[in-house]
Amino acid sequence: MTAVAAPAEILATDDLSAYYGEHKAVGDVSIQFRRKAVTALIGPSGCGKTTLLRCLNRIHEVLFDARVTGRVLLDGHDIYATDMDPMRVRRRIGMVFQRPNPFPTLSILDNVLACGRHGLTREQKLQVAERALRAAALWDEVKDKLKTSPLRLSGGQQQRLCIARAIAAEPEVLLMDEPTASLDPIATAVIEELMCSLAKEFTIVAVTHNMQQAARVSDVTAFMLADETRIGRLIEVDDTSKLFTKPRDPRTEDYITGRFG
Amino acid sequence: MASSVSAIAERDLPARYKGLGRRRFNSFLGTGLALFCALVAAASLLAILGYVVRQGVGAINWEFLTDVPHPIGVPGGGVGNGIVGSLIIIGIATLMALPVGLLTGIYLALFGRGVLPESLRFLSDVLSGVPSIAIGLFAYALLVAPFKHFSAFSASFAFMMLMLPLLVRTSEQAIRTVPQTVREGALALGMSNFRATIQIVLPTALPAIVTALLLAIARVTGETAPLLFTAFGSQFWETNPGNPMAELSLQVFTYAISPYPSWQAQAWGGALLLIVAVFVLSLGARLMLARAMRGLSE
Ligand SMILES: Nc1ncnc2c1ncn2[C@@H]1O[C@H](COP(=O)(O)OP(=O)(O)OP(=O)(O)O)[C@@H](O)[C@H]1O
Ligand SMILES: [Mg+2]
Repeated sequence: MTAVAAPAEILATDDLSAYYGEHKAVGDVSIQFRRKAVTALIGPSGCGKTTLLRCLNRIHEVLFDARVTGRVLLDGHDIYATDMDPMRVRRRIGMVFQRPNPFPTLSILDNVLACGRHGLTREQKLQVAERALRAAALWDEVKDKLKTSPLRLSGGQQQRLCIARAIAAEPEVLLMDEPTASLDPIATAVIEELMCSLAKEFTIVAVTHNMQQAARVSDVTAFMLADETRIGRLIEVDDTSKLFTKPRDPRTEDYITGRFG
Repeated sequence: MASSVSAIAERDLPARYKGLGRRRFNSFLGTGLALFCALVAAASLLAILGYVVRQGVGAINWEFLTDVPHPIGVPGGGVGNGIVGSLIIIGIATLMALPVGLLTGIYLALFGRGVLPESLRFLSDVLSGVPSIAIGLFAYALLVAPFKHFSAFSASFAFMMLMLPLLVRTSEQAIRTVPQTVREGALALGMSNFRATIQIVLPTALPAIVTALLLAIARVTGETAPLLFTAFGSQFWETNPGNPMAELSLQVFTYAISPYPSWQAQAWGGALLLIVAVFVLSLGARLMLARAMRGLSE
């Protein structure tokens, strides 16, 4: 593992471990995320995919008793260095959570604009919001009720709102935790399309339980598995086409052929 | 016929269903007892309300609401200065208690573990159990005795001490009920901890916090003891918080223990006003709470 990320990687972890109190949930993961590519994180439930993802934008540490060791390099700079401001890190690395979490007291419009795009006129803000909502395939469903509460949206609509909220902030890296878990096939197709088109400009790391989805949208796939002590380990990472056709590790093969998990 | 069917059914039931009849009876007994107690409680509450209304409603008229007390022997007079005094004293107390209580609540909710937060919580629990007369005495020692001068402000201070523990604990709880995922959503957008709290978490918790505030105001509205040696009371229109001031519940107290029937009648009138005020505040609190629950589940 090189200490400084090569130009091809925007994001890399170096011996990253994550703890909940005494429990080590993710152990010694070193992985590189290719710039302007989609990396899929797959693995059975509870293997630490969410935890790993949450370490990449320093949101893991906001939980009480949660700890991170090792390094995460963004453009070669350790985001856990003492002089790094977590707020700046999170502006550059956006996140869509596993469960939709719209802000209950803000309108749909204000949810999308919550990242605080200052210095824009009303019209420009509306444009930003419309673009984000269109990209998240939600615009047609909410364009007549932008001022209403997001809590009246369905679960899938809420999830797309959260996607719109994340991309309106224009991050360089977008972390997506099972972004299509609560969506129907049509919305799923739109979001997958979005991921592919976003990958032209941004870097995407997406957790998914759906093997076909990983195969469809990702350039690189990483497979994780919890060992006997329930520590999540990175087993294998490779180009998606290679990993799905010629996995190097027998455990990867077992998983993608559905023999466990 | 029906009984034989049920007899067969009872025999065929697995062992864990045996004794169903007796359990049903016990449950019936328990429900009945609870209902009875609830009825007794409701009836006594209604009796108190009815009695106060009957005694007090005759005293209430325009003069009663707008005039100052008249000297003994002069008919008429009212508690207008007491109403204004209550508003001033409780208003100042609220202005002091709200920011302190809310910020402490936010602090406890966000950084709630460790020695300092735990001791803060313990102190606030202790404070909420201290009799109000003792708090009045403390305000006296701190703000009256050194200046040798009763003042409405010292009463506000005592009221603030009574409101603080309620506000601290309820606003902490209100903020805690906001899901962690909402807070994380705000942080993940690059908001500062402070901004996420003020802009996203606090508004979500607001109805519950307003409820707590209304209940805290209702609580001190009914307090008399701490006023005895702080606000002290006054016969005049007094609006300067630095001076002794009339207060409604204090007037009720003074009038009620007086030997004059006309004053005693006015005490009932004042008591009725207090009950109406507390009733309105509690009703407002209920409505806000209903809104809060709806907001969270919607
Ligand atoms: N807040 C928490 N406190 C304590 N332990 C946690 C917490 N969140 C997750 N864990 C533990 O960390 C491990 C990894 O959890 P994680 O959520 O990262 O799994 P995952 O791979 O995302 O699973 P899934 O596919 O079901 O979402 C699990 O053993 C889980 O029990
Ligand atoms: Mg997960």
